[in-house]
Amino acid sequence: MSYTQLKRVDLIFDTEATTKDILQTAWSKTNEQIVNELLESGLKGRGGAGFPTAMKWKFTSEQPEKERFVICNADEGEPGTFKDREILFKVPQKVFGGMAVCAKVIGATQGFVYLRGEYRFLLKELQKQLDDFHGILKDLGINFSISIVMGSGAYICGEESALFESMEGKRGEPRNKPPYPTIAGFRSKPTVINNVETLVYAFMITKHGAKKFKDLGTADSRGSKVFSISGDTPKAGIYELELGMTVEQFVEEFGDGDTKAVQVGGASGFCVPRKKFKDTIIGFEGVPTGGSMMLFNSSRSMYNVLHNYLEFFEEESCGQCTPCRVGCQQLMKGIEAVKKGKKHAAYLEQLMKLSQTMKITAKCGLGQSVANSFSSIVENFKEEMIY
Amino acid sequence: MPEIKDLVKGLAEAHGRTRESLIPILQGVIAHENYISDEAMTEIARELDISAAQVYGTATFYSFLDTQPRGKYVIRVCKTITCAMKGKSLIIQELEDLLKIKLGETTPNRKFSLLETNCLGWCHKGPAMLINDEAYTELTPEKVREIINEYIRK
Amino acid sequence: MAKNINLKIDGITVSVPEGTTILEAARQLNIQIPTLCYHEDLCIAGNCRVCVVELKGARTLPASCAMPAAEGMDVLTNTLKVRTARKHIIELLLSEHNAQCTTCYKNGKCELQNLASEYKISNGETFIDLVPSKNYQIDAYSPSIIKDDSKCIRCQRCVRTCEELQHVSALGVAYKGDKMKISTFFENPMFEVVCTNCGQCVNRCPTGALIERNYIDQVWDAIYDENTHVVVQTAPAVRVALGEDLGVDTGEIVTGKMVTALKRLGFNSVLDTDFTADLTIIEEGNELLTRLKRALVDKDPNVRLPMATSCSPGWIKFIEHTYPEYLDNLSTCKSPQQMFGALAKTYYAQKRNIDPAKIVSVSIMPCTAKKFEADRPEMRSSGFKDVDFVLTTRELAVMIKQAGLDFAKLPESDYDSIMGQSTGAAVIFGATGGVMEAALRTAYEVVTGREVPFDGLNITAVRGMDGVREAAITIDGTKPEWNFLEGVTLKTVVAHGLVNAKKVMDSVRDGKADYHFIEIMACPGGCLGGGGQPVPTNKEIREKRAKAIYQEDTGKSIRKSHENPEVVGIYAEFLKEPLGHKSHELLHTHYKARQRY
Repeated sequence: MSYTQLKRVDLIFDTEATTKDILQTAWSKTNEQIVNELLESGLKGRGGAGFPTAMKWKFTSEQPEKERFVICNADEGEPGTFKDREILFKVPQKVFGGMAVCAKVIGATQGFVYLRGEYRFLLKELQKQLDDFHGILKDLGINFSISIVMGSGAYICGEESALFESMEGKRGEPRNKPPYPTIAGFRSKPTVINNVETLVYAFMITKHGAKKFKDLGTADSRGSKVFSISGDTPKAGIYELELGMTVEQFVEEFGDGDTKAVQVGGASGFCVPRKKFKDTIIGFEGVPTGGSMMLFNSSRSMYNVLHNYLEFFEEESCGQCTPCRVGCQQLMKGIEAVKKGKKHAAYLEQLMKLSQTMKITAKCGLGQSVANSFSSIVENFKEEMIY
Repeated sequence: MPEIKDLVKGLAEAHGRTRESLIPILQGVIAHENYISDEAMTEIARELDISAAQVYGTATFYSFLDTQPRGKYVIRVCKTITCAMKGKSLIIQELEDLLKIKLGETTPNRKFSLLETNCLGWCHKGPAMLINDEAYTELTPEKVREIINEYIRK
Repeated sequence: MAKNINLKIDGITVSVPEGTTILEAARQLNIQIPTLCYHEDLCIAGNCRVCVVELKGARTLPASCAMPAAEGMDVLTNTLKVRTARKHIIELLLSEHNAQCTTCYKNGKCELQNLASEYKISNGETFIDLVPSKNYQIDAYSPSIIKDDSKCIRCQRCVRTCEELQHVSALGVAYKGDKMKISTFFENPMFEVVCTNCGQCVNRCPTGALIERNYIDQVWDAIYDENTHVVVQTAPAVRVALGEDLGVDTGEIVTGKMVTALKRLGFNSVLDTDFTADLTIIEEGNELLTRLKRALVDKDPNVRLPMATSCSPGWIKFIEHTYPEYLDNLSTCKSPQQMFGALAKTYYAQKRNIDPAKIVSVSIMPCTAKKFEADRPEMRSSGFKDVDFVLTTRELAVMIKQAGLDFAKLPESDYDSIMGQSTGAAVIFGATGGVMEAALRTAYEVVTGREVPFDGLNITAVRGMDGVREAAITIDGTKPEWNFLEGVTLKTVVAHGLVNAKKVMDSVRDGKADYHFIEIMACPGGCLGGGGQPVPTNKEIREKRAKAIYQEDTGKSIRKSHENPEVVGIYAEFLKEPLGHKSHELLHTHYKARQRY
């Protein structure tokens, strides 16, 4: 077995240049330059959905409404994802820096970090770092300030429009789209909302230019990414890796020698079975991920895994739309019934169809993505669902 | 309930009286009381001039905004996949034995509540739990005993 | 100018103004897309997802109610994908729903049932029944509204109604995920929270989750009981809407048929709330003039102006909760229903020589709040419960069907007497602005001796469907005893829907308005849009009912309350004078402050 380590990258956690230096570099560029560099770099959102970051910034900057906001989405809740916590813990100033650059481009003076309630223990240090950061901004004469807003335990608030609702003091129920955040986000004003990691990459691209980032990865998945690796692996933890690897390569390095499946992208992502490791690329051309990589070895029941996911979704659905609220309950009760023999195995087919309906009719990404794990697990581990 | 009234009033003054301050106020009540009583919600509704049903609806949406009485220390054990794989059940078992309560319950002295929660973001170091805001990871029954004993002494 | 958007729906090209949704564009082409959470009166929720359509080039099926039409869109509303998705969604809703349709109050009038029937949902296909795993509750404590969570499909129409139209938000959404539910504060009974009993939620609930508490069987029992004398009164707005539930076109006046039907049902005496509406005008008009005199002449600092109408029990409960400091601004007049009730067991009983203990007083109302009002402890001044049973327009329609009457073909007949005669001024009580108009017709004439200076007595400034309408009328040429009003400009305002009541009351509270007289009706459109009226309701339907009401007014030979001969008669024989001793005993009351939060 050939053993070549996957390429480590050190863009995110690198602290060679100071925040102040990078900010000065950014402020020496025009907004157009910054956007073009981002565009050139091919940076796509690192939260999972993968929208080109440059376009978000550009659209927002072009809105007629002049009051605009930049929001850092630190409501990391996807099972198997913990990279944003690490980034906020280790390099918070780079996150704030990315927000400041975005604010410059879109013409915002106010930014917010929406931090999930589960990470409240970070708050004290984060606030201290933020105070320092505000000092730097003051030194540089930059008119921009950031506030930290705390979540209170609701996975769905990671969905951007639900996050706005939550910031507005309401239930975190996703909105109808359109309008998109770039037109009407927080307080119905044009808003850029980026994942923690995305902001750091944007900040570093401003420092290094597009090339360093663009040279990494593949045509569809440029650059590197921070991976949260957990499950049956001797090397659980956080790694920044070049994009473009296959699951096989990944498992070679991170597996425990008995990996039967890898869940790429968390509970709302895809389950890749051993037989597909070789042909599956981790990235937008294959299975996209917000960074969550969970490995399962042959001792694990994939029924239990799926059941755990469905329980999660059943509870964390906001409950407003029918396909998601009732669909999640039906999928969970459905696999239970099949397992217990109360429903025939053929019922799984009906549930697969239902999951497809959820995928195309649910109001937001949560309900739409339940089908990803559901169908990829049921399809590939059918016997485990029945017996 | 004059204390609750004062608490809510103080929070409203600190955070403002717009709808946007609702969640920070609710969080403030939790920080002091460990749960949000119906009196607290009524006061919040009054301060913000919104309906009590809206306060209730917002509070019940968020897992950390408990509307039932909770102990001084709320223990939330992560039940999501990797923590489940790494022995979450043993941890709960241990906690139940130590605290002599079942999952979802509060000790009679109102010191501890034992709850499950969804992914805490410590998947590489499961099983994990929060006690109030503090995270504890790579738990074993022995480790749990030590931690709880420390809290009992607090 | 909004620009136009061109799109294709099912291959047909249509041009619509920018901002039009796919759903609206499809309706223009007479393509029906099913909906549940959508309601014309409310903001777009987009949460039930039954209205999904296929949009070429899109990965998902957008909800047509929430998706704005865009240039060049190619929309398909009836593909296999769409049908499968809709069927799934209906099946999902049914799996959470207590589908005991045959015993449901809304059987035959349920939008979910209709969709299930349209899509031929059969038992074999449905998913696992989730109802047994839910701890569904029925809240049947309110005299007005029953809330049955097992029938709820969580479309949130009620929540939006309560918030957007009424600014009450007694109902909200609570919890999330599989536990998500429509809930009052702390899941308390509706009876104990800020609910005004207006029933607008009942009007908009697509299923049987929110229904009026019905008293149909109790009324039948009273009718069948030979030892009782059952009198029935009918509110002004009932006669322009009842037909909708009985196969008659919207906007058709069915007064005569209704009276015939009530007689055929077996009521002993069929009388008219309009009579006490006229009486209200005399009492309330005099009360207003008295307050004006005390304010302008006596400079009495204790007199409370503006004076607000008190006919709408939803509004009364709203002010009790929300603006208790303004309770003394309310006219002390009871509502026409309650005046009628008090007189039925006194004046009527005496005149007809009937033991009031044997009288069962029934009212037919466009309103669910009237049920609560009749139950109020304040409403027993006859020595009995003044009104025993309140039926909504919808309940009356049920009784008419139960009795086997072919309503559309019934002949017309007149109300019985006494307390059956009325004027055009009373009829317009059923529309927003009607009480104001009726009051002005009488007050102006009392003060000046001349008719109000409007063409054909029609005070159009107070009519219409705008939420808040101000009107001012300058009084000149007063009779000597009213000369303190000479040159005074009487400032009035009319509001309907409690969200508009709030606007008016806030401007009063903030000192931004100096009104003399305020008319407020809790329901959109006034009583004609009441919570007890036939379903569905929307602006177009309410406008048709309003048109009918004004038509009925125009057709009346007497159009001013003070000219109602029976009103003249009751003062001569019984009440003696407006605001007199007897009036105070029977026709006036006070309300109490309640908790807002």
